[in-house]
Amino acid sequence: MSHDTLSTAAVPVTAAAGLRGVVSDWSADKQAFPVPWGKAMMWIFLLSDTFIFSCFLTAYMNVRISTTATWPDPSKVFALQIGGQSVPLLLIAIMTFILITSSGTMAMAVNFGYRRDRARTTALMLATAALGASFVGMQAFEWTHLIVDEGVRPWSNPMGAAQFGSSFFMITGFHGAHVSAGVIYLSIVARKVWRGDYERKGSYEIVEIAGLYWHFVDLVWVFIFALFYLW
Amino acid sequence: MEQAQRGQVGQQHPISLYLWIWLLLFVLSTMSYLVDYFHLQGYLRWTLIIVFMLLKAGLIVAIFMHMAWERLALKFAILVPPLCLLVLIGMMAIEGDYTLLTRLATFLK
Repeated sequence: MSHDTLSTAAVPVTAAAGLRGVVSDWSADKQAFPVPWGKAMMWIFLLSDTFIFSCFLTAYMNVRISTTATWPDPSKVFALQIGGQSVPLLLIAIMTFILITSSGTMAMAVNFGYRRDRARTTALMLATAALGASFVGMQAFEWTHLIVDEGVRPWSNPMGAAQFGSSFFMITGFHGAHVSAGVIYLSIVARKVWRGDYERKGSYEIVEIAGLYWHFVDLVWVFIFALFYLW
Repeated sequence: MEQAQRGQVGQQHPISLYLWIWLLLFVLSTMSYLVDYFHLQGYLRWTLIIVFMLLKAGLIVAIFMHMAWERLALKFAILVPPLCLLVLIGMMAIEGDYTLLTRLATFLK
């Protein structure tokens, strides 16, 4: 495959910087983005995913503004009972810290990948996948609690506005699906790193591309945490 | 030789940078959690939530996703299109207010 020669089209040393660089990158008769094609495509996919999640969050904003019923207080709905005391949003806070930690391990995996440290890259990627899996586990626990104990349904709930359920299941469900897919994706790439596939190929850019996806999952959670759970 | 050249194409930054960002994200998340814990309300709450959210998002995109080191052409291609969403959000907020007023006027007389 001629992939290797294409993907390493590095920036010429004389490439213009700033806005002049943008014009020359986009108008010159050459590859517009001097990054591996897989990385550019992942960025464009993430851009499209940004629009999907934004549509969900905007829809949630719209129904929350327009409902005449009171919106259930997320601080109370997602509280955990610890020793007879109700701690607001505890599980969600733990999930947030877990996802941030997994982003940190992923960033370091990318770094060790470019240093050709196979063992550390594999270990950090598997740690990332494990943290992601525990995140999904906690989300399953949260959903079960909400459905079984609290009686939340997509069409109604005992706490207030009916739109709460549909917004919650839609947004966190789609995000959870992304995390689950990411866990599988990272496990596959980690296995390939361990087998030495990228050593033979001479490039660990796939690790960075997988990392981009994982950081995006974390990024979306930042917005869900702020706009759905804290608002 | 070729491999050594190739190695420099990828992103190479000290591990300490990632640990610092990790710590910062932890602190920012804790602070946004405390906004809820201490029951801050009104504009103070919303401002703090949005500020912490944007700071965290910025750190993740700039450092973890290496956007800070990409060329301006890629930054523009990825970061400018989402600004269209502000139009969507604005329109949907207006529409939501209108729906609420209609409901109040029609059903709660």
